[in-house]
Amino acid sequence: MELTSPQVGTSTQSTMEGSGFAASQQAGGQSAPRQTVGDPFVANPRMTARDVAVYYGEKCAIRGISIDVGCNEVLAMIGPSGCGKSTFLRCLNRMNDTVPGCRVTGEIRLDEEDIYAPSVDVVPLRARVGMVFQKPNPFPKSIFDNVAYGPKIHGLIRDKADLEEVVETSLSKAGLWEEVKDRLHEPGTGLSGGQQQRLCIARAIAVSPEVILMDEPCSALDPIATAKIEELIAELRTQYSIVIVTHAMQQASRVSQRTAYFHLGDLIEVGPTERIFTNPRHRLTEDYITGRFG
Amino acid sequence: MDFLTLILLLLPIGFCAYFLGSRRAVAVAGGKDGIRNLHSLPSHHGALTAIGAVLPALFLACVWQMALPPVLTGILKDGLPAEMRQLPANQFSLIVNDIKNVVAGNMTPGADQTMILEAAERYIDLHNTAEMLLTGLVLLVVAASFLFVHSRIRVDLRARNVVERVLKALLVLCSAFAIFTTIGIVLSVLFEAIRFFKIVPLHEFLFGLDWSPQMAIRADQTGSSGAFGAVPVFAGTMLIALIAMVVAIPIGLMSAIYLSEYASERLRTTAKPLLEILAGIPTVVYGFFAALTVAPLIRDLGLALNLSVSSESALAAGLVMGIMIIPFVSSLSEDVLHAVPQSLRDGSLALGATQFETVKNVVVPAALPGIVGGILLAVSRAIGETMIVVMAAGLSARLTANPFEAVTTVTVQIVTLLVGDQEFDSPKTLAAFALGLVLFFFTLFLNFVALRVVQKYREQYE
Repeated sequence: MELTSPQVGTSTQSTMEGSGFAASQQAGGQSAPRQTVGDPFVANPRMTARDVAVYYGEKCAIRGISIDVGCNEVLAMIGPSGCGKSTFLRCLNRMNDTVPGCRVTGEIRLDEEDIYAPSVDVVPLRARVGMVFQKPNPFPKSIFDNVAYGPKIHGLIRDKADLEEVVETSLSKAGLWEEVKDRLHEPGTGLSGGQQQRLCIARAIAVSPEVILMDEPCSALDPIATAKIEELIAELRTQYSIVIVTHAMQQASRVSQRTAYFHLGDLIEVGPTERIFTNPRHRLTEDYITGRFG
Repeated sequence: MDFLTLILLLLPIGFCAYFLGSRRAVAVAGGKDGIRNLHSLPSHHGALTAIGAVLPALFLACVWQMALPPVLTGILKDGLPAEMRQLPANQFSLIVNDIKNVVAGNMTPGADQTMILEAAERYIDLHNTAEMLLTGLVLLVVAASFLFVHSRIRVDLRARNVVERVLKALLVLCSAFAIFTTIGIVLSVLFEAIRFFKIVPLHEFLFGLDWSPQMAIRADQTGSSGAFGAVPVFAGTMLIALIAMVVAIPIGLMSAIYLSEYASERLRTTAKPLLEILAGIPTVVYGFFAALTVAPLIRDLGLALNLSVSSESALAAGLVMGIMIIPFVSSLSEDVLHAVPQSLRDGSLALGATQFETVKNVVVPAALPGIVGGILLAVSRAIGETMIVVMAAGLSARLTANPFEAVTTVTVQIVTLLVGDQEFDSPKTLAAFALGLVLFFFTLFLNFVALRVVQKYREQYE
């Protein structure tokens, strides 16, 4: 399914690149959503989003988003700040429910099940769709308790030995076991930033999710810690579907298989990462990845 | 001019000096356009001029005022006839006292006291001369120091630095004042308590189980020696504080959790100040409430259940005191709960925890140090509280854990010991100071623990 954009290269586009950014954002809320270029759909989707729009009160944050998240793939979402990529990410596990005045329309399905259906309970949903945040946010508990938190509240474990096994497996998968195995009962907040973020990933893995959402997971980390997380993402892909929001385009090109470009609440272009970065079809995508704005 | 008028007069003088100083600074700089050449702003120069003009005079006046009475008395003594000067010190001070009373118009000297009348007249003369002298001297010093500072104003005068230093000294002085007052209070209680412990041994006071401080005036009356075992009194305090805590901690903490985690922002900003009004009700009003409403209610309730409840009970006082300290627990806890970063809540919710699980497992533990601090502050408040217990808890020092009986507390005993006429050589009166001292150390200890707890865990989640 290939869509072409009639807007490429028109004069309205050029005003959005420079000083007219804020003004165009306002206008963007009222005009029709831009059509998505490229192929947003996959043959074997884990999650599907169709015509999703999010409103904060009267203000429309994103609209007309239709995209699939495939099994065992990393989907990167890029775009300038305020383009709605984090908002969309938070729709996928209904974290937007916690924001007062936030309204979501459209349809999002996880394994064919509509996650916004009235019958769906967010508690098991969030266990199936885990999330890692921009700033590492370990609980003020021990490393062990941080990882054990999810399994405990969901009653996933039978006894203490079981719990210890889950903690060890999760920390190993997050590549943190070797570093912390001798100090599992020290506070998680005492770890370095990169270790804290891997602890948060281990915490998310511990409840065996199907999808892991990552909201700029490396933006608060140094390059070495970032490299470790990226390595980890590549490994995790074999078992989970991963959606990552990132500002670093190199990061998107390193870790993801597909890339989606958001702009002012619209999904502009989706495609295989390599194609997006070498041969973008939409003018806005090209401008963004070549560093002309954003 | 008397001392107070003189001090008040320094105020307008300071204002004038300020304006003259800042105008002079502008003039020195060469008008409005030259201000940027000045090292300090004109206002700094003005402040410096005002400080320079007023401070030395103020200092002089204070020293003068303190030195005046002994000097005047000395002069007076020299003027008295020799036979009076030969009197022993305590009799002589009586005469001086008489003279001062005559001066103040409190006493009319008898016919045989012409000497004292003369001395009083001389004293008034001396005093007037001294006041005139002081006025002249102060005005002279003001003029001299003002002219000195005023003439020193130059473009490069570092007025700002001097003014900042003076301000800093003022701040230090103010904080020192608070600290020294505390030390003074402690010492005054301490010395009286030491006098008490000379009469009643420390161990008897701290571990004795019998408290009846009423002492007979004559040795042959019954109950001539009081009993000063403070254990029942402290036990009563603890019992009431415990009841208050049992009321205040659950209610306060849960309302804090509701306001912080569940209530909408609008409800939160409305309900919190309303809750804090509870802390603004005078404790004497709580006292009425306890004695006239709650205590009879509990007694009637006890009668209905076939329990014997005295009309003044620890339960009534404790319940009302608990209500009084709810805002301490809830307001402080709400603040710390609200300060827990949203990212921690998000992290927990994103793992599929329910809101209550998030509150229970993440938010409350993260805020625990602050909550404990708030609770300990509330406890020390409950222990030191007087009015409610005076009105509702009773006076009988009974060593009991039964909340339906009347008990007494440390603060109530202090009040009853010190109300009315006192003899300050009787252990009955001095016992109040010993109780106060122990109570002071106890609440000090609690506050210290509270501060330590809060400090130690403060940045845990950052």
